[in-house]
Amino acid sequence: MKKIIIDPVTRIEGHAKITIDLDKSGKVEDAKIHVTQYRGFEKFCEGRLYTEMPALTARTCGICPVSHVVASTKAIDEILGITPPQAGVNIRKIVNLAQLLQSHTLNFFHLSSPDFVYGFDAPKEDRNIFKMMQTHPQMAKDGINLRAFGQKIIQDLAGKRIHPTGIIPGGVEHKIEAPQKEAILEQIPEMLKIAQSALEFFRANMHKFQEEIDSFAAFPSLFMSLTNEEGTLEHYDGKLCFMDSEGKILQDNIEPRDYKDFIGEAVEEDSYLKSPYYKPLGYPEGMYRVGALARLNIAKTCGTPLADEELKKFKALNDAKPVLNSFYYHYARLIEMIYSIEKIEELLKSDETMSDNVKTNSKITKTKGVGCSEAPRGTLFHEYHVTKDGVITAVNLIIATGNNNLAMNAGVKQVAQKFIDAKNITDGALNRVEAVIRCFDPCLSCSTHALGIVSSKIEVRDHNKKVIQVIDRN
Amino acid sequence: MIREKVRVKSFKIDGICVTGQSNQTILEVAHDNGIEIPTMCYMEGLSCVGSCRMCIVEIKGSHEPIPACTAKIKEGMEVTTSSPYIKTAREMILSMMFSERSHTCSTCVVNGDCELQSKSVELELEHSATPYLNQRFEIDASHKNFVNDPNRCILCTRCIRVCDEIEGAHALDLFGRGLNTRVIHDMDEPWADSTSCTSCGKCVYVCPTGALYEKDISEEDVIKKRKIITELIKNKS
Repeated sequence: MKKIIIDPVTRIEGHAKITIDLDKSGKVEDAKIHVTQYRGFEKFCEGRLYTEMPALTARTCGICPVSHVVASTKAIDEILGITPPQAGVNIRKIVNLAQLLQSHTLNFFHLSSPDFVYGFDAPKEDRNIFKMMQTHPQMAKDGINLRAFGQKIIQDLAGKRIHPTGIIPGGVEHKIEAPQKEAILEQIPEMLKIAQSALEFFRANMHKFQEEIDSFAAFPSLFMSLTNEEGTLEHYDGKLCFMDSEGKILQDNIEPRDYKDFIGEAVEEDSYLKSPYYKPLGYPEGMYRVGALARLNIAKTCGTPLADEELKKFKALNDAKPVLNSFYYHYARLIEMIYSIEKIEELLKSDETMSDNVKTNSKITKTKGVGCSEAPRGTLFHEYHVTKDGVITAVNLIIATGNNNLAMNAGVKQVAQKFIDAKNITDGALNRVEAVIRCFDPCLSCSTHALGIVSSKIEVRDHNKKVIQVIDRN
Repeated sequence: MIREKVRVKSFKIDGICVTGQSNQTILEVAHDNGIEIPTMCYMEGLSCVGSCRMCIVEIKGSHEPIPACTAKIKEGMEVTTSSPYIKTAREMILSMMFSERSHTCSTCVVNGDCELQSKSVELELEHSATPYLNQRFEIDASHKNFVNDPNRCILCTRCIRVCDEIEGAHALDLFGRGLNTRVIHDMDEPWADSTSCTSCGKCVYVCPTGALYEKDISEEDVIKKRKIITELIKNKS
């Protein structure tokens, strides 16, 4: 048996290693992702005061810190027993959507678009955003502008582009001023155009990637996301819902604070990333997917006109049943980009959002709090236990990417079996192994709450587990 | 008791001829003459203990630097407040403060209003020159209004002095030795159980870092009322 190791896995957020095990005949027997970092957030948060948690846990990630701040402040809201004023909630939602937009933009334009423009077999030196700037300058510029738009909203409404301080327990620090609102609204038509043209580009080129669509983690699995009473797309409020691959609701109306009754966390010996699973089905049968694909599969409508039109087309991909091909995560993210721009506009135009009453305060009323939000990559959980004085005694975090761990591993195996030929291992084949991970847009440093020391690589091992090839992107 | 007569002394600070009264310290005379010497534990109106060593100066003829806040002036002495040697020594002192405790500005409630932070900028300390030896201390959040986080304490003892000398309660003191030293209430009891604490909050206002802070307020709302305390002290005297 031979073993192929891809290390580092490129154009993803964080660091990982892929091991591909070959059997005696040279066929792919198994393939796994190893997340190679450890940071220990759950441990070092212990002993700190609950008020520090939003700032502390935001450091888990530089790309989606808003999700952590939102989940963290929601957990603390529960500990304090308070409901933030509607304006505070709406501003949190706007900032959260702005982050969703900039993060999805980062994945599509900066990380994934080179594959769509040049193809998976293009020379590796061409598969990057810099080459895009040379050959498709407008597309590269659009990506940068759209991301800047999202980041600017975060900065304006929450203080800082990265690790914002404006979202606080009880609401938000500042109300939205009229000039801020006008400045954002002014940019919306242009940004909407960019997002729509990106979606058009993707749809027009989708047919070129039928092989990838059919093999990139295309399998039945469960899906999980937050959803509200109306069944519309939801990123902030709502309850948890599990759906199976046929579209049947297995369980809905789950209060996020009861997540542990339905989600178990398995530990693999070769990765720092835990593998959450749906408890009633057990491990590993309870594999589920989260993120844009799961959200759109579960949502009945988006609730905004343009995104709803796109959602209809999306649902038609699999005759109104859940879309099972992970390649369509890209598609789902593009729809969510349109949705988030429309929703930001809707929330900004609401009179409630402009109210002066944006925060409230209270004392500790409970010793446990769970905060849940839909991060760009999926459902995020923060659970805190505190003493009566507010000192943290235990923390549990389930990070969006972690939820997808089992599915990502299954996807890597599927792609490796389809494209890896032991006699002739091409760069294009290895790129596809990485690209399947990119579909999920994982944030690995987040998921293990880990710090990047070792970058990621692919290792190929023979049947004696001896490494016969290492692909190091460094 | 025979009291020593207060006399006027003349000496030099950084080559500038200055005069002061014999009961004044080098730091006081330097301040009177507009000469800046960096300080940390010093607070106008409180007694000087020279615990941080940030205000060290060189005296001609002396082999070792001395803290300007406790050294009385002498006739004809020649003081140097800034030299490459002094700069290196101050950086080392600041480094050691950072290495003793976990000073993580990004999650600290006084981020942007911290004397340790601003001193690092002032002295251009880009990284700590000493290994991190910080250990974990328990946070005392038992008091209804205030928090004591020893993990951010630099042991300047301003809180102890203001409690003793201004409030007159002496609810605070130091406990332990070396790296284990920390500020305690009464006989190392939870703050809420301290019978001598009057909950006046002066200790919180004078704290140069985020070791003592008000509960339930955000970074933007934190105001360390250090100047108010100095004004109070002046008015009292």
